[in-house]
Amino acid sequence: MQDKSTANVNRGPSTGAIEIIVAALLIGFGVVVMWDSARIGAGWASDGPRAGYFPFYIGSIIAAASAVTLAQAIAGARRRDKKHTAVFVTLPKLRLVLSVLIPTAVFVLVIPFLGIYVPAAIFICLFMWRLGGYPFRKSIPVALGMPIVSFVTFEKWFLVPLPKGPLEAMLGY
Amino acid sequence: MSELAALFQGFAVVLDPFNLLLICVGITLGVLIGVLPGLGGANGVAILLPLTFSMSPTSAIIMLSCIYWGALFGGAITSILFNIPGEPWSVATTFDGYPMAQQGQAGEALTAAFTSSFFGAFVAVIMITFVAPLVANFALQFGPPEFFAVQFLAFASFIGMGRGSPFKIITSMMIGFALAAVGIDTVTGQLRLTFGSIEMLRGFEFLVAVIGLFGIGEILLTMEEGLAFKGKSATINLKVVVQTWKILPRYWITSIRSSLIGCWMGVTPAGATPASFMSYGVAKRFSRNGERFGTGQIEGVVAPETAAHAAGTAALLPMITLGIPGSPTAAVLLSGLLIWGLQPGPLLFVEQPDFVWGLIASMYIGNIFGLIIVLTTVPFFAAILRVPFSIIAPIILVICAIGAYTVNNAAFDITLMLIFGVVGYVFKKLDYPLAPLVLALVLGDMAESSFRQAMLLSQGSVSIFWSNALVGTIFGLGVLMLFWPLIQWAWGRVRVAKPA
Repeated sequence: MQDKSTANVNRGPSTGAIEIIVAALLIGFGVVVMWDSARIGAGWASDGPRAGYFPFYIGSIIAAASAVTLAQAIAGARRRDKKHTAVFVTLPKLRLVLSVLIPTAVFVLVIPFLGIYVPAAIFICLFMWRLGGYPFRKSIPVALGMPIVSFVTFEKWFLVPLPKGPLEAMLGY
Repeated sequence: MSELAALFQGFAVVLDPFNLLLICVGITLGVLIGVLPGLGGANGVAILLPLTFSMSPTSAIIMLSCIYWGALFGGAITSILFNIPGEPWSVATTFDGYPMAQQGQAGEALTAAFTSSFFGAFVAVIMITFVAPLVANFALQFGPPEFFAVQFLAFASFIGMGRGSPFKIITSMMIGFALAAVGIDTVTGQLRLTFGSIEMLRGFEFLVAVIGLFGIGEILLTMEEGLAFKGKSATINLKVVVQTWKILPRYWITSIRSSLIGCWMGVTPAGATPASFMSYGVAKRFSRNGERFGTGQIEGVVAPETAAHAAGTAALLPMITLGIPGSPTAAVLLSGLLIWGLQPGPLLFVEQPDFVWGLIASMYIGNIFGLIIVLTTVPFFAAILRVPFSIIAPIILVICAIGAYTVNNAAFDITLMLIFGVVGYVFKKLDYPLAPLVLALVLGDMAESSFRQAMLLSQGSVSIFWSNALVGTIFGLGVLMLFWPLIQWAWGRVRVAKPA
């Protein structure tokens, strides 16, 4: 029986498509830089370039170079160039990458509210449990160990403060 | 010679118990960083940089440069035992190193790699000792136009000597400049590209970008290969080491040639990676056993490792004398210098000789200690890699987050790090080179201010850049480099058009 997973193994967005998207985004980035530079003045004052001079031309170079890349990518995709039809990332690999990226993103977004120690412990514990298949009794010691070691190293030894949340506030830090 | 006297002065600074301890700690941390994925040389130094704020600049740079050494050594361990290059410049080491491990010669391969690295770095440090003061003296004549010309040459040579699409190199570099421009303009005090956000006022912190691009990006890439590290085991005991040392002198020509290739390429922003590939290729062509390269030839390990270390070390020469880092990790060290309030460039030799010669002396000692430490701790580091990725990965991610935060005590930087991570992942897959971006980010402000100071001197006339022979030559070389890909392309078309 052909199951969906073997059919998906080699499918994924094509490199050419991603090239086009990235080049288009970069053209947009370049235009934004040019626009903001023009706003503060991109010309030549009496004693030299104004503040927006450098960024204006930088933005224009980004837009121009990315336009060339975009044209090359479109041409390559039209010609069905091997480099452009190759898969950028297969769906299974993308799932693996997202399985790291999304939890990390949640971890990062939670830090301003809960500090760094508590989310780190939860993050490590969940990671080991979901992706490594470790039972909680093995993952909890490691997950608790790391923040505690970090706390001692950074706060006490190197005297470098890290973001803290309500739990630490309750404990008097 | 006054260099030797200054060098001995430097040794006196370094041979202080605290500094020696820092050297050992630094090297061990460095090897650990070099061995773990996602914590590469540039990234690892970036994360540990804020920890050194409480030390004196001399002690700090000694520890950081030893971390750099350690990472250079560490990259070879994963290349040989796991066929995973720990650093971009260790890729060429996998060609013969891993086959050697597969044939049970891992100990020999590792010993050869470490000893070659030691030799390459040693040659480069000697070069630095004698050449750096010359360059610094020469550079004392530089004014803003000359500095801008040198910076222009550095960036142009990325385009001239880079592989792959020059348009992508240019885009990458310009993105770095654009990011460097965000924030308060130093000359006029105006806000640029901040779009009304207070967080953007600070500008993009270079270290955060490095951690994101090289650290998070690397981990995301590694995730594609799944979560398994399976590697060969290695025993290094004294017998293996001595046996290998007896064989190595046979390849002295390869070693010297590779060191020279490394020194030359390390000084230019091209860096350690092309040096290792080029040296491998040259050794293959000139060796008696050239055809057997790739099957486990010890010479195939000696050549790239010597070159990579010579290059990595030589990259520090333009950094301390001209303020132009020759590699992303040197760029991180440069930003450290700026944070400590030191102005890299020729005046550093004059105003802070203790710092400069302390750094150079620590390179000698660090190199020796590094070789000893790394030969004795290989089994330990190899064992660390057997810790499953599902445990190591989150720990590394947390360390990166801590590293990003400690730069400016800003939680926003951690979010930025993540964004840079995704950008790094996509860019690496699409062959947009990251090194020009990173170098532009660290040098952008300096390059722009050199340009504007030059303009102030010349009252707005661009002709100052060819006003004297020195500036004109450097600038001319830069322009040549800039258009080199175009020249090569045109030359290729002309040759094809003529039927031979």
